[in-house]
Amino acid sequence: MANKRLRTVELPEHPDFLWTQKSPKKSYDAIIVGGGGHGLATAYYLAKLHGMTNIAVLEKGWLGGGNMARNTTIIRSNYLWDESEGIYEHSLKLWEGLQEDVGYEMFFSQRGVMTLAHSVSDVRTKMRNYYANGVADIDSEWLTPAEVKKIAPVVNISDDIRYPVMGATYQPRAGIAKHDWVAWGYAKAAGDMGVDIIQNCEVTGMIIQDGKIQGVQTNQGDILAEKVALVGAGHSSVLAEMAGFQIPIQSRPLQALVSELLEQVLDTVIMSGMVHVYVSQAHKGELVMGAGTDAYNSYAQRGGFHVIEHQLSAAVELFPIFERAHLLRTWGGIVDTTPDASPIVGLTPVENLYLNCGWGTGGFKGTPGSGWVMAHTVATGQPHELNKGFNLNRFKTGHLIDEHGAAGVAH
Amino acid sequence: MLNIPCPWCGPRDETEFHYGQEAGVAYPENRDEISDELWAKFVFYRANPKGWHAERWVHSAGCRRWFNVWRNTINHEFGESYKPFEPQPKSPA
Ligand SMILES: Cc1cc2nc3c(=O)[nH]c(=O)nc-3n(C[C@H](O)[C@H](O)[C@H](O)COP(=O)(O)OP(=O)(O)OC[C@H]3O[C@@H](n4cnc5c(N)ncnc54)[C@H](O)[C@@H]3O)c2cc1C
Ligand SMILES: [Zn+2]
Repeated sequence: MANKRLRTVELPEHPDFLWTQKSPKKSYDAIIVGGGGHGLATAYYLAKLHGMTNIAVLEKGWLGGGNMARNTTIIRSNYLWDESEGIYEHSLKLWEGLQEDVGYEMFFSQRGVMTLAHSVSDVRTKMRNYYANGVADIDSEWLTPAEVKKIAPVVNISDDIRYPVMGATYQPRAGIAKHDWVAWGYAKAAGDMGVDIIQNCEVTGMIIQDGKIQGVQTNQGDILAEKVALVGAGHSSVLAEMAGFQIPIQSRPLQALVSELLEQVLDTVIMSGMVHVYVSQAHKGELVMGAGTDAYNSYAQRGGFHVIEHQLSAAVELFPIFERAHLLRTWGGIVDTTPDASPIVGLTPVENLYLNCGWGTGGFKGTPGSGWVMAHTVATGQPHELNKGFNLNRFKTGHLIDEHGAAGVAH
Repeated sequence: MLNIPCPWCGPRDETEFHYGQEAGVAYPENRDEISDELWAKFVFYRANPKGWHAERWVHSAGCRRWFNVWRNTINHEFGESYKPFEPQPKSPA
């Protein structure tokens, strides 16, 4: 693992401007609503792989102001079902060449992701997942508690804690990246190919005639387009409603936190769905932790402090050394959860209007793959083999892709 | 933490409750006849508005009863709460 490093690193200086500020043209071949990771990646692959450069990304706030720069950056592909293994593994393969492809540093670090099991049924579920990944040729290992300890000495593997570590799955090719740099990289590369990236441009309505999309209404005026892609994550229900249909999404707060900068004590990523905590140590040395969603629907980008307390009590039991760390900052994003914990990527009841949402608590890892299949779908008007199963129709046909076990609390 | 107005017990901490999503979703009546589409709506589709939302909570660590309440999903402000089978008060909006 070439990218693995044991010391904290200095980050390079921020560059000045990466893309030009534009006002919208009157019309485009395609409009992408939402300037998060998935929207920007869609624009990038549309321009790069499908030659569509007369396109715009419309973002109501600033790039990365949504979930893109709020997530805890865990990247992995060890999901349970074929459809998920297909899209997440495709995404992971894209991650592996992304910095070179896009031409921008993203601090992609394949330091491995470990998912702990704490009970007999938890072990069985994770084992099943581990075998499924084996069949799909996705790198995955099963670790005993002693092996967990060898990779991550800070984990408490004693059996006198409430939820002792009974084993873990481990994906060595998994890891983390620096989320804001990923957004900037995609934005810069797309902008360089001629894509208009327009911030402070809120879509307020859809222009639809005879069941076919014609463009969007925005706070900067109407903009016409042959095709429109809705990539609004937490706001997807609001966007779908503008287009006159409903989607099975519940928007929930998901919170995360960081500690102050510390010496490096953890050079892999550790998740535990059962006790609701996951942690990595970022490049500069801060511990990055997240938990499960808050219980209720919300568009507020914040949640309750008791959720943070709950996750920290689990963290301190699993990692006693964290006891003296300080909580520096907490924040929240709005995640778009679906009934089967899998995304919705494909066609809609409106012609030439495409939908990409429902990545919920775990879409950062999917950023390249999601953009890639979305670009294919927008350019050709048909889903790619890799996103075919993630259609909106599945809630009617019953062909769900239930990833509650593999997605769990996490990421 | 939310301070949730239970119609039986008054305002209590969120940690005493569990969430039940959209209020007033009735079990379909002509179950043998309805389409897959309507089943899908009943099983998987729930309201997700940005703004006032009529929703259910259960006071699990208190009176253990279900109830409905209006809550604003933008700022988490609560409106009126109402008991099961009571008519829904008007949206505060
Ligand atoms: C705390 C937290 C931790 C997470 N941790 C992980 C993790 O470890 N690993 C992982 O894989 N995933 C994680 N996720 C999930 C991941 O961040 C999301 O699934 C992913 O970012 C969603 O895609 P996006 O980047 O396009 O979303 P966003 O960045 O949210 O992009 C959507 C954009 O659409 C814009 N928009 C909405 N409505 C309109 C409108 N009307 N007009 C114009 N623009 C509009 C929004 O402003 C927003 O910028 C986490 C999320 C959170 C909140
Ligand atoms: Zn009560």
